[in-house]
Amino acid sequence: MTHWIIAPVVLPAFLAPFIVLAARYHMGIQRVFSVAGVLALIAIAAGLVWQASDGTVTLYQLSDWAAPFGIVLVADRLSTMMVLLTSILALMVLLYGIGSKWDERGRHFHALFQFQIMGIMGAFLTGDLFNLFVFFEILLIASYGLMIHSGGNVRLKAGVQYVSFNLIGSTLFLFALGSIYAETGTLNMADLAARAQMVGAEQTVGIRVAAVLLLLVFAIKAALVPLHVWLPSSYAEAPPVVAALFAIMTKVGAYAIIRVYTMIFPESLEATAGLHHTWLMPFALLSLALGMIGLLAAKKLDRLVAFSVVGSMGMVMVAISMFSEAGISAALYYIVHSTFAAAALFLIVDLVEQSRDDLQLTTQPPIAGAPLTAGLFFAAAIAMAGLPPLSGFVGKLLILNAGFSEGAMPWIWAIILGSSLISVVGFARAGSVVFWKSESLRPEVDEDDDDSQEVSEDDQQAPSALAYGAVMGLLALIALHTVLAGPMTRYMQATSAQLFAPDAYMEKVLDTPGKLSKPKDSSKEDH
Amino acid sequence: MELLVASAIGLLTAAGIYLILRLRTFPVILGLSLITYAVNVFLFASGRLTIGAPPVLMDDVTRYTDPLPQALVLTAIVISFGMTAVVVMIALGAFLGADDDAVDDGPDEQATETEDAV
Repeated sequence: MTHWIIAPVVLPAFLAPFIVLAARYHMGIQRVFSVAGVLALIAIAAGLVWQASDGTVTLYQLSDWAAPFGIVLVADRLSTMMVLLTSILALMVLLYGIGSKWDERGRHFHALFQFQIMGIMGAFLTGDLFNLFVFFEILLIASYGLMIHSGGNVRLKAGVQYVSFNLIGSTLFLFALGSIYAETGTLNMADLAARAQMVGAEQTVGIRVAAVLLLLVFAIKAALVPLHVWLPSSYAEAPPVVAALFAIMTKVGAYAIIRVYTMIFPESLEATAGLHHTWLMPFALLSLALGMIGLLAAKKLDRLVAFSVVGSMGMVMVAISMFSEAGISAALYYIVHSTFAAAALFLIVDLVEQSRDDLQLTTQPPIAGAPLTAGLFFAAAIAMAGLPPLSGFVGKLLILNAGFSEGAMPWIWAIILGSSLISVVGFARAGSVVFWKSESLRPEVDEDDDDSQEVSEDDQQAPSALAYGAVMGLLALIALHTVLAGPMTRYMQATSAQLFAPDAYMEKVLDTPGKLSKPKDSSKEDH
Repeated sequence: MELLVASAIGLLTAAGIYLILRLRTFPVILGLSLITYAVNVFLFASGRLTIGAPPVLMDDVTRYTDPLPQALVLTAIVISFGMTAVVVMIALGAFLGADDDAVDDGPDEQATETEDAV
């Protein structure tokens, strides 16, 4: 029964090599297996969410080794929710990739896609910090391949920047893990949470350095200003369908911050007092402001969307850095929303790009399928900017509400509301330049030559129904997230409450018997 | 010995950071490798430095070296080696394609690139 926890990792791990080895030259078979795999993942993830929804923490001990010695996977409310979110996003992105034929423009798209999912799922499920590092590397190495999918000079150059930056991040992660191990003698998260409490008041230097290093690493993943510099160009130059999948990658960083800094280094821990609880908020507000200003300043549509990702991650981090139950539950609601919204926007960028020469924010003749694409952009932009009918508004309200009791409340309110206004202006400008004004160019072209106009209309064929369906599916999910805001919020509150009462999690991990669980008292006390 | 190992880690890291800041693909990759060497030694030292002791955990053995950091280092070496190979290939592709090995974007590169594309 509990073996289901490892299924989200094992299934893509087997599927990917199968696709490479057996279905290498058969795009049809690759597509069938890839979609079937993701559908199965959704079913498994839904089962895991159902299992965790009553608050039970499920443990999976690999090879039955007991917790601090063996690697464990843990499924609680937070991790199962993120697993389900990932699998749903993956389905939509995959359908779009098939519908827009992006998967044919380079080799091994589906295999890399499955490896990427494997890494993300593992990062959400693992209960061990070093294992988290390993899954980070799996998702990164798959993302390197996806990022430069279908090649091109600009994309390769952005790929070099992306890979170098993330390699530095991985090295920092190892430094952090080394110092944590040197200080506490364990890397299991639950064990670490118990041992961090025992660090003497005079010996906090090492653990403080480790806590800050770890925060830096996760902040790189979460694209927190000033560590966001890798994001705009790599997300803009990556194939849009890949960038849409990457919408979940920044959330892996946010997830890691939530997990580590509520359980291992909570606010009540004296050893790390005055570090992240003080310093995360200003940087979160800064990245919210900078993301939205960048959105307004962007000259290309893809950069605009990339900066909106930076801004929305800033919003998530503002909610997280309150480190309160209300703040985290608002952050979780917003994480789900912004994942779908960012993915939808990237896919719409691709819909636009298919029939335009470039993505400059200049007025050009209408693209094929313009009315529908414009409508989708309108809806997605409303969602991302957080205007009333869609879930961005609900999420923002929740964050504002949670910020009401904070000391930095004037700053939080001023920057969230101000940046929302800026993002509305930015999206409105982009939408009017790309979609609205292009209608004014149509008669001008008609005057030239009627025949040539018809030919060019034929040349630029409208994107396929499947591609549109995937984008509409994402927007429908956002609408669903809005309609079900009540139950979703209650679920997020329960999740957040579970995070702030980590005792059940720690007991489950540390007290479940397995191999080597007996000599734990005698042999592991040497550090 | 602690001083020797610590200064070696520090020196490798410093040289690595300097090379990364050169912002050309070859020095950057060399710098990344140096930093990964540094972090490997650092991980190794995180289990305390013990000379001539077996890496075992048993009740009757009193003097031993911590086996876990060695396993961690092995994993880290494999991963960083693979990653370096990937970055070499991508950087080579970027260099051969664009005939330019600068890592950062030039001041107005974005503008000129798109003008070229038009």
